[in-house]
Amino acid sequence: MNASKKEFIAEAEELLFESQQLMLEIQETYKTALNPDDVNALFRSMHTIKGLSGLFGHKGLSQFSHALESLLDEIRLGKIEVTDEVIQFLFKNLDILRSVVDLFRDEKEQDVTEHIKQIESFRKSKKGQVHGPGIEDMIDESITKVLSEYEEVRLKANIKGGKGIYLLKAVFDLATFDTSLDKLTKMIKTKGELISTLPTSAAVPEGSIGFNLMFAAGKQLNELKEEMKHEIEVLVPFKQGEPQPEKSQESSLRSITSTVRVDIDKLDRILNTIGELTLAKGAIKRIGSEMTTTYGHSTLVLDVHKISQTLERRLTELQDQVLEIRMVPVGQIFSRLAQVIRRYSKETGKEIDLEMYGEDTELDKHLAEEIVDPLMHLVRNSIDHGIEPVEERISKGKKERGNVVLKAFQKGSHIVIEVTDDGRGIDIEKVRKKAIEKGLLEPDVELGESEVIDFIFIPGFSTKEAVSEMSGRGVGIDVVKEKLSLLGGYIEVHTEKDEGTTFTLTLPSTVTIIKALIVRVGQGRFAVPLTSISETLSIKHKDIQTIEWKEVYYLRGEMLPMLSVGKMLNLETDKKDRSFAVVVGFGEKRLGLLVDELMGQYEIVLKSLGDYLRGLSGFSGAAEIGRHEVILVLDVESFIESVTKQRVVSNV
Amino acid sequence: MYSKSILLVEDSATTRALIRAVIDEMGDFNTVEASSGFEALKLLPTQEFDLVITDINMPDINGLELMNFLKNNQRYSHIPLIIVTTERSEEDRKRGMALGATAYITKPFKADELQEVIKKELQI
Repeated sequence: MNASKKEFIAEAEELLFESQQLMLEIQETYKTALNPDDVNALFRSMHTIKGLSGLFGHKGLSQFSHALESLLDEIRLGKIEVTDEVIQFLFKNLDILRSVVDLFRDEKEQDVTEHIKQIESFRKSKKGQVHGPGIEDMIDESITKVLSEYEEVRLKANIKGGKGIYLLKAVFDLATFDTSLDKLTKMIKTKGELISTLPTSAAVPEGSIGFNLMFAAGKQLNELKEEMKHEIEVLVPFKQGEPQPEKSQESSLRSITSTVRVDIDKLDRILNTIGELTLAKGAIKRIGSEMTTTYGHSTLVLDVHKISQTLERRLTELQDQVLEIRMVPVGQIFSRLAQVIRRYSKETGKEIDLEMYGEDTELDKHLAEEIVDPLMHLVRNSIDHGIEPVEERISKGKKERGNVVLKAFQKGSHIVIEVTDDGRGIDIEKVRKKAIEKGLLEPDVELGESEVIDFIFIPGFSTKEAVSEMSGRGVGIDVVKEKLSLLGGYIEVHTEKDEGTTFTLTLPSTVTIIKALIVRVGQGRFAVPLTSISETLSIKHKDIQTIEWKEVYYLRGEMLPMLSVGKMLNLETDKKDRSFAVVVGFGEKRLGLLVDELMGQYEIVLKSLGDYLRGLSGFSGAAEIGRHEVILVLDVESFIESVTKQRVVSNV
Repeated sequence: MYSKSILLVEDSATTRALIRAVIDEMGDFNTVEASSGFEALKLLPTQEFDLVITDINMPDINGLELMNFLKNNQRYSHIPLIIVTTERSEEDRKRGMALGATAYITKPFKADELQEVIKKELQI
C-alpha cells in the first residue's frame, strides 16, 4: 500500500469515527434539542470522504459517499426532517461505508450500486419543501452575499423561529486573534447560534484584524450588550415570546487543529531506536563498573557514572513520552463494537441495551488494533449464545431487552477490559460432558467449576454443535486466548447460570520495551518478563514434595506447583542442593519456575521470533542483551497452563 | 529563489497533499499550506502571495468569507483566486465567482487540469 493511500485510509477512518460520534449525539438529541452544528459537521465529514475518494479514483466509494452527502445536505438544509427512521437509515449506511473502506484497505472492492440506489430513493421519498422567509429586504446584501447556501438556510430558519439576528463587531490583534475569537464564539454559542464569521480589514488599525460575527439569539439587544461587552448591531429584531433556555457551553468540534497524524510504523521505529540506545546505555554502565574495578574512583570514572545516570533518566523519559504518544482511548474501539452490536441485534432479532464505561482509559494503538477482533468475537458470542430469545427471557422473569456491558479500567501497568452479558451463562455440565467425550478429562476426576470452564479455551473445543453463522466463522474462543497470550495478556471467565457471563481481558497497556529478569539454567540464559513475576525464592530441593505426580512447594502454608525449566527444555542443570524459584502468575494460577541462577534485571526490547520459529511453544519472543547476545523470552502463560491443565507439554 | 508563491487553503490533509503534489510537479513553487481559514488569515501578512487556492466548505470561516476579506483589502485584492469545489455545490461556486474568484476547479480533478488553471492564473 503506498503512502498516500495509507494516509487516505487513515483520514477516512478518522472521519468515520467522527461521523459515528456525531450520529450518536444526533440520536440522543433529535427529539429535544437537535444541534444544527452536529448535522452540518456530519455533512462535512461525508463531503470530505467523497472528495478524497474522488481524488483517489475509487468510484464506488465516491459515488456511495456522494449519495449519502446529498441526503445529509437536504437534512441540514431542512428539506428532510430528522426522524428515527432517518437515523437508523444513516447508521446502516455508515456501517456499509466502513466496510467499503475496510475492503479498500485490503485491496478489494465491493459493488455498492444497489446501496446507492436505495439511498437515492430514500432521499426522494423523504424530501419535502421548506419555505423560509425572504431575507433580501431584511438584511443588507453586503452581508448575505458571502453566506454559503447552508448559512443562508440557517439564517432563514432562525428568522422564521422569531429569533433576533445580530451583528457583533470585534477587533483583535493579528497574532493572537484565533484564541480571542475562539473565546468569543464560544460565548456567542451559549446565547444562540453563530451563523457566520466574516473577517474584515476595513477600519481596523495595522497589525490587527476585524470580525463581523452574525448570530441569532432569543434575547433583546440591551440584554446581550450587557452580557457580552461588545458592540452589537440589530439586523432583525427579536420577537418576544417564550423565554429561551440558555444552551450549555460546548466546545467546537473542530478547533484550530494543532495535531499531526503519524504512521504507527514511524513510532515503532523510534521505539526500536530507543531500544538500541538502551542497550548502548547498558554498555556504558557496564564499562563504568569495569573502570571502577580497574582505576578506582578517579574523577574521570565518576564522570562516566554521572553521565550514564543522566542518560538513563533521559532515556526513560523519552521512552515514556513516545509510549504516551501511541496511546489511544479505548472508546475508539468501543464505538466500533457498538456498531457491531447494533447490527447483530437487528440480525438476530434480540434487542440489546449497550452500556459502556471507562471509554477514556488509554492503551497502546497497536494493542487496541490487535484486541478489537477478539473483543468483537466475545461480543458476538454474548449476543448469539448468551442472551436468550425474548420468550425465554420473559419466562425467566428477566427484562425483555438483553444487556451487554463493555467496561475498561486501568490496573497498575495493565488495562482490564470486561465484556458482560445478562444471558443464560455457560452450561458447566455440558462443558464437562464434552470434555469427557473429547478425552480431555477422565470421567471420575472431580474438577472445580472454574477449571471446567477453562476447557472452552482449548483449541477446537466448542459446546455448540452447529456453529452459528455469527460467532462461528471458524473462530473459537481459544483464538481469543491465544491472541491475548501473544500480546502478553490473559483472559478469565466468570459465569452464573441464568445470570450471565463476564469475560475479563487483562493486557499490558503499553508494548515493546519490557523489564525482565534474566535467569540461567545450565548453560542457557532466558528472560522472564518482570510483569508476570510476583517474587523470587531460594529453596532447598528436599523441601519440594511430590503430590499426585505434581511437584509442589509449601509457600507460607499455600501449595505452589513447581516446574523445573531444565526438565521442560531438556537442559543439563547444576548439581546443587539449592535452586532459585521464580514465582510467576497471579491469583490462583501461580507457578514456581526452578532455575539455577538469577542474573539480574534488564530492560529488553521484545522482538518476535519471526515466521520461521513462530508456533514454538514455551517462548514468546527473543531479545538482545549485553554484547549482542540473543536470548529467548519465556512464555510464562504456556508454562502455567501446562501445569494447571495437567497436560503433559512435550519437550520443545 | 522561488519563482512564485502560492497559498493553499484546504482543511483535508489528504486533499492538501494531493494538490501540493500536483503543484510540485510543475516546478519550483513556494507552496504554503493552511489547514483552515484562520490559519490563512495568519499566514497572509507574512509574505507576498501570487496566488491563493481555497476550498469553500471549511470549519471556522468558509472560503467565501476568506475571499470577501481578500477582495476588500487593498493589499490582497489583486491576488488571483482559484476555488476548489465539488460538482454538487454549484450554488456555492456561483457565489464564489460572484465574489471575485478568477477560476474554479471541480473535485475530482485531473492533475493537468489543475496545472492548466494555475498556469493561466499565474500567467506562466
